[in-house]
Amino acid sequence: MKRGVRGKLIAVAADGALILYFVFALFPIAWMIILSLKPANELFSTYFSFTPTLDSYQTVLGAGSDEGVPFLRFFVNSLVVSLGAVGLSLVIGLPAAYAAARWRFRGSENLMFTLLSFRFAPELTVIIPLFVLYQQLGLFDTYLGMIWVLQLVTLPLIVWIMRSYFSDLSPELEQAALLDGYTRKQAFFKVALPLVKPGIAAVSLLAFIFAWNNFVFPLILTSSEAQTVTVGALSFLGGDRPKYNLTAAAALVSVIPPLLLALTIQRYLVRGLSFGAVKS
Amino acid sequence: MSSSLSETGHGAASREGSGPPARVVPRWRRSLRPYLLIVPALLLTGGILYPFGLGLYYTLFDFAASKPQPDMVGLENYRRIFSESSFWDSARVTVLYAVGAAAVETVLGVGVALLLHRSTLVGRVLEKILILPLMIAPVIAAIMWKLMLQPSVGVVNHLLKPFGMGGVQWTDTPAGALLSSIAVDVWVYTPFVAILALAGLRSLPTSPFEAAAVDGAGWWFTFRKLTLPMLWPYVLVAVIFRFMDSLKVFDIIYALTEGGPGDSTVVLQIRAYLEAIRFQRYSFGISYMIVLWAVVYLVTMVLVRYLGKIQNRAAEVPK
Repeated sequence: MKRGVRGKLIAVAADGALILYFVFALFPIAWMIILSLKPANELFSTYFSFTPTLDSYQTVLGAGSDEGVPFLRFFVNSLVVSLGAVGLSLVIGLPAAYAAARWRFRGSENLMFTLLSFRFAPELTVIIPLFVLYQQLGLFDTYLGMIWVLQLVTLPLIVWIMRSYFSDLSPELEQAALLDGYTRKQAFFKVALPLVKPGIAAVSLLAFIFAWNNFVFPLILTSSEAQTVTVGALSFLGGDRPKYNLTAAAALVSVIPPLLLALTIQRYLVRGLSFGAVKS
Repeated sequence: MSSSLSETGHGAASREGSGPPARVVPRWRRSLRPYLLIVPALLLTGGILYPFGLGLYYTLFDFAASKPQPDMVGLENYRRIFSESSFWDSARVTVLYAVGAAAVETVLGVGVALLLHRSTLVGRVLEKILILPLMIAPVIAAIMWKLMLQPSVGVVNHLLKPFGMGGVQWTDTPAGALLSSIAVDVWVYTPFVAILALAGLRSLPTSPFEAAAVDGAGWWFTFRKLTLPMLWPYVLVAVIFRFMDSLKVFDIIYALTEGGPGDSTVVLQIRAYLEAIRFQRYSFGISYMIVLWAVVYLVTMVLVRYLGKIQNRAAEVPK
């Protein structure tokens, strides 16, 4: 390929444009780190030069913080309901995904599309009736109630993506196992399931991230006992004097789990994000 | 949608009984098997559809905190929605938001993907962290930007000061609030488009491009006649997801502007929230959501059909 001065200039400009986008993408995260390390008395008097301190994190995570926001508890709540939601979705979703991938039967496409429509349905359509229903059933502000409603987020994702993984798997492997005298159940557990293990791991992590990041469900269906970090992080902004350093610390603490998990599943993200529509 | 882009081979050669199993399972039990496997999922789906149905039923009443013994009012709630100007205002804001966000994200995302596809050293390093904003909860992203966009002490105005723009009232004017919300949406979701577009670029066949290079085709010609048509199905998947999601935006606006100033950023889901939760007019609030749900459903159907057409056309691109 010919590359004159003009070609080189274009290459530099392209890299420059890319860097510009990434400054836009990363600056807010960097700025939150800076804000969270600022001492309260330098919060509004300086921008970039200050004496860093971990006070904000201590206040946010401290058990009996004087802010009265039990953020550590919200963190544990997020962990419990997200894990619970993914676990339940796996138990229910894996057999359904396998059935939809291996058999053509009446109702399977309907079920798949009903699940997909959950993905696109405005959450409040279901939440407002649930809000009334949960009050009557005693599920309001409970782990169980949250895990149940988060199925709207995790189940469609897990069923759709795992069906695409099972479909990619050659049925001949399971048939060979059946010929060897395995039962269908054994063929599923000992042949099919181990082969899609990377897919299960990736989709579980992605479902966990989406459950963790959900905001509408805990906002309306919890008040204090089962409240999660996404709602909790807002509480530092309230009051007559917004506490920017605490808000930044709370925001960072709440995004750490999803960010770390996301970096581990890069390879599988494309299929996950597009509900199996695009494979990489 | 999935089965069209990525051809699933389900059911192809998966009939059981093609070999002699050790234990013979009666035929009726075998044909029942897939149904048994999906029973739990069906039950759970039912458990989610039930509140939806209940919500639909509520819209026929005037159920509210102030009216715990509701009366049947028929379609009165819907009549009221369509006759109130606040609905049309919300619908207008919602469409502006969705079209604006999806358009900017598509152009920017495809641009970033094209730049990353060049696989320069800078690109390979940056690609690894492309995902980060997308994994941050939208509500947290909005909180982060709210701190940065604060007019007097926010860092954005501080950085703009040397350019003579130190006093922008980001979220305090109607237009500014809408643009700021879209900006946060763009910040979070541009990586989504970029990731899908990049996957598309990497899966394109190389031979048409080689042929074009041999024929001496220019960059713009190659891009318009080859790259874009072949990439379009991938981009379209991304656009559909982004457009549908931004029609039901809630988190970002709730945290950034709370619908303000005035009613200027009250999108449909925020309106439903205010009606149902804050003013506790349950029936009326749900009616709003049913209307939005119907719109989202119809748009999805149209777009999915369009996606099929586009894919057929993409398949005809000379190889």
